[in-house]
Amino acid sequence: MKDNSCQCLEWPYPLLYDKVQEVTTDVLILGGGIAGCWAAIAAAKKGVRVALVEKGATIRSGAGGSGCDHWESAATNPCSRVTPEELTKAMIKAHHGYNNGISHYIECREGYDRLLDLERFGGKIRDTADEFQGAEFRDEKTKFLFAYDYENKFTLRVWGTTFKPSLAKECRRLGVKIFDRIMTTSLLSEGGKQGAKIVGATGVNGRTGEFINFQAKATVLCMSRPTRIWLFSPGLPGMSEFRPPQCTGDGHAMGWNAGVEFAMMEKSVKGEWSGVRSFPPYGTGNTHNTWYACNMVDADGREIPWVDRDGRILMDISQRYRPSPGQKLFFKGGGEPDIPTYEFQGPDILPVKELLAKGFKLPFYADLTGMPEQERKAIWGLMVGEEGKTKIPILKTYTDAGFDPEKHLIQSYGEGWRSGGFLPQERQLFGLPGGLVNDWDLSTNLKGLYAAGDQLFASNCHGHAAATGHYAGRHAADYAKEAAFSKIDSSQAEKERIRVYSLLKGAGRLGWQELNMRITRLMQHYCGEIKSEELLTTGLVLLKDIQNNEAPQISAQNPHELVRSLEVLNVLTNAEIVLNACLARKASSKPLHFRRTDYPEMEPPEWNKFVTIKLEKNEVATGKKPLDYYGSLKGNYESHNVDYLEEHRS
Amino acid sequence: MKGKKIFIHPETAALKPLTFNTEICDGCNMCVEVCQVDLLVPHPNKGKPPVVVYPGECWYGGCCVAICPKPGAIKLNTPLMNRVHWKEKT
Ligand SMILES: Cc1cc2nc3c(=O)[nH]c(=O)nc-3n(C[C@H](O)[C@H](O)[C@H](O)COP(=O)(O)OP(=O)(O)OC[C@H]3O[C@@H](n4cnc5c(N)ncnc54)[C@H](O)[C@@H]3O)c2cc1C
Ligand code: SF4
Ligand code: SF4
Repeated sequence: MKDNSCQCLEWPYPLLYDKVQEVTTDVLILGGGIAGCWAAIAAAKKGVRVALVEKGATIRSGAGGSGCDHWESAATNPCSRVTPEELTKAMIKAHHGYNNGISHYIECREGYDRLLDLERFGGKIRDTADEFQGAEFRDEKTKFLFAYDYENKFTLRVWGTTFKPSLAKECRRLGVKIFDRIMTTSLLSEGGKQGAKIVGATGVNGRTGEFINFQAKATVLCMSRPTRIWLFSPGLPGMSEFRPPQCTGDGHAMGWNAGVEFAMMEKSVKGEWSGVRSFPPYGTGNTHNTWYACNMVDADGREIPWVDRDGRILMDISQRYRPSPGQKLFFKGGGEPDIPTYEFQGPDILPVKELLAKGFKLPFYADLTGMPEQERKAIWGLMVGEEGKTKIPILKTYTDAGFDPEKHLIQSYGEGWRSGGFLPQERQLFGLPGGLVNDWDLSTNLKGLYAAGDQLFASNCHGHAAATGHYAGRHAADYAKEAAFSKIDSSQAEKERIRVYSLLKGAGRLGWQELNMRITRLMQHYCGEIKSEELLTTGLVLLKDIQNNEAPQISAQNPHELVRSLEVLNVLTNAEIVLNACLARKASSKPLHFRRTDYPEMEPPEWNKFVTIKLEKNEVATGKKPLDYYGSLKGNYESHNVDYLEEHRS
Repeated sequence: MKGKKIFIHPETAALKPLTFNTEICDGCNMCVEVCQVDLLVPHPNKGKPPVVVYPGECWYGGCCVAICPKPGAIKLNTPLMNRVHWKEKT
């Protein structure tokens, strides 16, 4: 095999720094991941013109592009034993009220409809090849395979590597205009005013450097959540976080500047996963998620017992997939990381500390060899294989290197699903972090602006992104049908163009990696595990200094580096949102993983609410919302979706 | 800035995420087009394997390998530090 090195080459794409493209559309979708594709499909089906803007390549981009092995909360599938209301309420309770009742109800109510759509688009959602005939987790009639809770059957095992290309194909079939390799850089508001109606967005091409002004009647934000605020590796930036490196939460930053309202941005958890700090996700022995509910053994090969929520040893493997006697349903992990709710706590192995006290010896290993054949094949081959980032990096790579699930024990490197350890100040927006506040149309506080997927507050998961994407897309289309175009404020667009290109003229002192490293170091110090007024305000002062004095030194040599540099400026803005949100909550809270030394009391009742923040005339304005602002789940859903329900009845 | 030529120097990262087999790869560039991070560029000489310009930015998801129509043309290298231990059950 020869090396393919190439010393120096000419930029292979035409350079169009001097060109501005003008695009007009009815519905503009920003971010072509799972939520974005679904939003585009739903809007296009309503007969409006749709433009989809994606920084990467729609065919595989986003957190869900490479795969998905389990589709959660499909409560309306014919085998489910829970109703959407029961499941959503359980999800809210399992996170102590800090959850998005609206978006998760949409997930529970419509996730299954999206699965059926996917099948029509060419995705594989059932065991049509009868590979798992007779398995305990298979429904013989529908050929659906279930995961985790075999009693309640609301999570499906799926062939998610087939999903993203099928979605991209469907977008094209419906005439969605796809703009790949375009980074959205800002939102355009009516009159260029913060807090006003959104009338479009700007973008820059990461290959040609061409600038684009998008004019739209309605805009949907689908750019997922912020990353790289506390975790960054300047040498290996692509592996800094769990999510793809170009998913830096740009949508949060541009929303913030436009006056969008946020909730729960004070929540961050101790790092869960990062490629430079952990082993590959789903590539180590564990008992969670993709590897649920694998046998584990200790260094001597002694079998580690599985227990129910009361610590009773489960003798039978089948019991690991069932609620305890008297328990309605369980969630893997029991809800919020590290603080499981007893009501929803499922089977697991004992915590490592307790196992060591009982004489079990490290290292522990997952033992697929001892699993029933169909469970083994479901974990190794189906789930490891269809899960994101597993088909090539794990299944193929390990198999090529000789790993045999019928013969080998594979080591575990952390508790739960984690495959590494983190320091308390190495934090992440993980699980159900903060994001944009939404109403029952999935509209934000700004007119003409909708949001979906992981960009919403307290949002997570593939099925959730699909369901909310579709929902936001059709509501945005309905709005666009009635709305008129508003003029783009040309001075706002021009100002943004100048800001973007100014990075090409930087003094050349600072690479984007160094700036990102500077931000994460600062946030670890001033917004780590322990927070206080003094730490947070000092952090903000220093952040402003970076914004004013260091960020302008950033220098990009080509359109690719321009995109990378713009991303770090967004990381900077997102850090600012987090600091401000932390300052706004003057109380500590366990479910928010939020500790203030100056307000040590946990959950004082007057603070059991969402604290919201947004910019108003460039000043931070805080507000509040009751945790149950979603109101009646069923009632509100049905009154907002009369057409959809009518369509789906027939 | 119009008409200005710019050049790139492929970065040397701490890791080398991809290896190409020049005998098998025909330079179709499908891997370049699928990469969401856009860290590869087509080789200046048509028919040759793409050039990894920004290796440090790799996410190690393997979509480039999955889409490649020529088996064996491209290999994803697990970072050494991330190699996991397994052993035979005794
Ligand atoms: C390895 C992995 C495995 C997972 N497995 C599962 C699973 O099995 N089941 C499950 O339920 N969930 C799973 N998840 C989570 C799930 O993939 C996400 O919740 C889901 O993809 C969120 O969808 P989204 O559309 O909000 O974000 P994404 O799918 O991440 O899409 C965001 C898109 O926005 C684009 N973008 C970002 N910034 C810009 C910009 N400035 N301009 C233009 N475009 C931009 C990005 O390129 C990206 O394509 C997994 C996640 C990962 C990382
Ligand atoms: S590695 Fe495969 S996909 Fe990439 S250029 Fe070569 S043949 Fe094409
Ligand atoms: S593994 Fe992913 S990020 Fe790395 S080169 Fe391949 S497609 Fe790009």
